[in-house]
Amino acid sequence: MIQLQDIHKSFGGTPVIKGASLEVREGETLAIIGRSGSGKSVLMKHMIGLLKPDSGIVHVDGVDLNTVSYKQLQMVRRNFGVLFQGGALFDSMNSFDNVAFPIRTFSNLSETEISERVLECLEMVELPDVGPKMPPELSGGMQKRVALARAIAMRPRYIMYDEPTSGLDPETSNTIDQLIKSLTDKLRVTSVVVTHDMHSVLTIADRAAFINEGVIWWIGTIPELHACTDKTLCDFVRANEYQIGEGRAAYKDNP
Amino acid sequence: MSANTIRVLEPFIALGRFFLLLARAFRSLREVARYWKNIFEQMVHIGIESIPIVALAALFSGAVTTVQTAHQLVSPFIPVSIIGAVVVPSVVLELGAVVTGFLLAGRVGARIAAELGTMRVTEQIDALEAMGLNSVGYLIVPRVVAGVLMFPVLYVVACVVAIGGGIFVGHYTGEVPAGEFIAGAREFFRPFDATFGLLKSLVFGFVITAVSCYKGYYTRGGAEGVGRATTEAAVTSCVYLLLADLVLAATLL
Repeated sequence: MIQLQDIHKSFGGTPVIKGASLEVREGETLAIIGRSGSGKSVLMKHMIGLLKPDSGIVHVDGVDLNTVSYKQLQMVRRNFGVLFQGGALFDSMNSFDNVAFPIRTFSNLSETEISERVLECLEMVELPDVGPKMPPELSGGMQKRVALARAIAMRPRYIMYDEPTSGLDPETSNTIDQLIKSLTDKLRVTSVVVTHDMHSVLTIADRAAFINEGVIWWIGTIPELHACTDKTLCDFVRANEYQIGEGRAAYKDNP
Repeated sequence: MSANTIRVLEPFIALGRFFLLLARAFRSLREVARYWKNIFEQMVHIGIESIPIVALAALFSGAVTTVQTAHQLVSPFIPVSIIGAVVVPSVVLELGAVVTGFLLAGRVGARIAAELGTMRVTEQIDALEAMGLNSVGYLIVPRVVAGVLMFPVLYVVACVVAIGGGIFVGHYTGEVPAGEFIAGAREFFRPFDATFGLLKSLVFGFVITAVSCYKGYYTRGGAEGVGRATTEAAVTSCVYLLLADLVLAATLL
């Protein structure tokens, strides 16, 4: 379980998070939604100690990330798989080595076992043949899928997704959403998805937390989200639905 | 803290961050055995691949120094062997290390900053950390260790080639026969000069790689940020290299 309590964080004197509290429950998929620049990714990076709060407490499985030693923090981080916004694949290695990297670094498996595990992960993201390809040779969507394979390579208990569908076409976004959903079911992990894509949220999340003006403005389950009455949240959700609706309308008029 | 206060304190914050990074790198030295492969890789990139350009620059600077020294010093009252006695110590004491240093500040410094800067802005460094790997131990320690190990090697190459170039050009331009050059050089050779030059190259290796790693590791702001970090790495390395040169000369000579 991940708990954030009253987190404050500013960058260069500008406050971004102003007292956010949040709990990620075991086994759930929590979506953190909000406008661009609202601090969604910042909040996620606090959960793995990539950022330290100016004040506030971060607990992962009861471990306080503010006070642990760097060694302990590393141990905590090994429970996590993170999919970064641009994939963050190491461009000095091919796809196979990227996925194999954490296994080679942190386990004593033989090369044959590593190779089996890598293929298994690449198959899970439906890209069994891209092993020899270098990251720049892959499309944006494929890079994210390889990065996802790398994130699950060490069989983490938590997976963090930072904008998994941003910058992808709607069809690829759907594929990624389905992939996240099936991985969550197969691997029984706890997931945190940072996104502003409401379509993703509705497809994959159990609960959603809306971040606005530096605080968790609203948090609840997906049915509760549909029934929401808060104006700011409704505006955000509807802006997305409006876009989807408008697209459909335009398609009907001009197929 | 307000944004203005932060702006005023920026140079001090940067200095503090630099030393904190160095401290973290020193602590990570304990894990150095884990990254020996990376160290060898960096030794090739920083050291072996730099040999041609360092040799070329050394060849010309040795040759030019010989010709110019001949031009300045030789008169019927001074033996020509004095050219060797002047050229060799200036190469060993100063030219060998400084020419290598300046070249590598551009070649190695810029490369390190661009590499780490790109890794930073594309979140590859965050990805390493998020996996539970010590990014300083994995990225910075191998580069600095390789720099400190390979710089003295490049310095020796530079000295040998520069002196060879001096002898060759002096001989074939008729300014000073090779035998006289070598005799002059041997007569006035002090082993301390070579020790000092080696020490200097070691310090330069550290300064260039540490400054460039710092600039790259803390890059911010996309492609423009990487460009800025790369330029700053090369320029700042050169400035600190000169400063280190002066400090070493003033304290040890």
